[in-house]
Amino acid sequence: MSELDFAPRPGAAPLHRQVLAQSRMEARLMLRNGEQLLLAVVIPVLVLFGAVTAGEHLNLDLPSSRPLVDIFTPGVIALAVMSTSFTSLAIATGFERRYGVIKRLGSSPLPRSGLLAGKIGALLLVQLLQVFIIGGVGQLLGWTPEPGVLGVGLAILLGTAAFAALGLFVAGALRAEATLAAANLIYLLLMTGGGVVLPLTAYGDARPFLQWLPSAALGEAMRTGFIDGGVAWRDLGVLLVWAVFGTVLTAKTFKWE
Amino acid sequence: MPDASPAVSVDGLVMRYGDKVAVDGLSLTVERNTITAVLGPNGAGKTTTLETCEGYRRPQQGTVRVLGLDPVQQRRDLLPRIGVMLQGGGAWSGVRAMEMLEHVARLHAHPLDTAVLAERLGLGDCGRTPYRRLSGGQQQRLGLAMAIVGRPEIVFVDEPTAGMDPQARRTTWELLDELRRSGVTVVLTTHYLEEAEQLADQVHIIDRGRLIASGTPEELTRGSSATVRLVVDKELPTAAEAGLRASIDTWSAEHGVGVRSISFGSRTLEDVFLELTGRELDDE
Repeated sequence: MSELDFAPRPGAAPLHRQVLAQSRMEARLMLRNGEQLLLAVVIPVLVLFGAVTAGEHLNLDLPSSRPLVDIFTPGVIALAVMSTSFTSLAIATGFERRYGVIKRLGSSPLPRSGLLAGKIGALLLVQLLQVFIIGGVGQLLGWTPEPGVLGVGLAILLGTAAFAALGLFVAGALRAEATLAAANLIYLLLMTGGGVVLPLTAYGDARPFLQWLPSAALGEAMRTGFIDGGVAWRDLGVLLVWAVFGTVLTAKTFKWE
Repeated sequence: MPDASPAVSVDGLVMRYGDKVAVDGLSLTVERNTITAVLGPNGAGKTTTLETCEGYRRPQQGTVRVLGLDPVQQRRDLLPRIGVMLQGGGAWSGVRAMEMLEHVARLHAHPLDTAVLAERLGLGDCGRTPYRRLSGGQQQRLGLAMAIVGRPEIVFVDEPTAGMDPQARRTTWELLDELRRSGVTVVLTTHYLEEAEQLADQVHIIDRGRLIASGTPEELTRGSSATVRLVVDKELPTAAEAGLRASIDTWSAEHGVGVRSISFGSRTLEDVFLELTGRELDDE
């Protein structure tokens, strides 16, 4: 066993290395947690199967003559982004506050901006994995996407920004248990009625209201990006507004302890 | 480093929570390369003082400097140079012990070898155990490892051995002593008299947010009757208590001796022990 040299030699690792370490750590923890994995992968895959098989028996008023799987797979990818960036992030952060993790990291060399960047990196890593799995299942079901890199990329980035800001707001304002309940409840409501998996045209009269929800904006932006390779500027704008709104709310209310 | 400022200087610190005063005009200095104990009962303001040094809390009045830096304004310069052990928690519940230690190590430029450090702290066997399944003592030792892995100039350890068995406490003391010998300044809070006595070069005793005594353990314990404790054999009726207070006042005026503090309370185990053996419970 080599000897330990305790003589002071302090110093912070380069910021990018700290952020990378934080991202990898948080992504690993997220994927290790059973409930989070259920939310991240199992539910979206089940929703995709269910929607594609049941959809054929329902008379859905869908915009195009495309096969259902082409419409539902982008919607389920949007759902996955929402579940990770909002629900998983909120729950994880709520318990980090509870267990003093954020406090402990607060006295480490990692600055708060680095912690935030690390969290976003972790979300993007997990979401990349989700896109692969859901996309793979979609292809098994006959999905033939024609993705536009700009449209899909912006949808994922702005969707992550909007939902992460809202998730951090919930986690920073409520106690851990209340965060757990609220984040799951909001996720369920948006999944079923928020225009994320089903296109807005399927909602009839509720459409003028729903189109301002971040869930519907993300769903529409993702469908536009994957189906026509287009860029849904209006929906991306809605996501941007939610991102700014959530960031301001979080900045005003978040307590690190 | 040509910098000759003390490791820590606290000057006139006042901290309140609502209308409760946690720290009441506290001033103290910690010299570099010492083990300094901040000793006091629970609720004396030890943790609040420490957290002000660590940059978690902004002084409401007074100034705090650590290595000559303002812990709030110059936080980013200061943090890589200090190590912090919180009183509890500080890790994800699902993280494995070694994974957590390695994570903290990666945030630093020249960390210690995590495997050797873990072995040294007796964490070798529980490296893959999730944090929530570690015993209280293991969590404490992991917290200590996280505080020193970045090779800091100062470590702040809050009640480092609370809840540890005697063996683990001994290991921790030896480690803190070795840190000091290697040039690290150790600031620890404790409510164990023995810990302060055995380990510290300098002791600051605080009570209700005020410094009531400072010195080396020898200085503080020298001279026999600086403290007078009176233990009575039954609960004092109000009249008897008032009478006692009055006679102490008279005695105090007569002999020109100031009474620093006098406390009335029910008998503690420590009193029983003292009564039976003539020794303090903390003397071992």
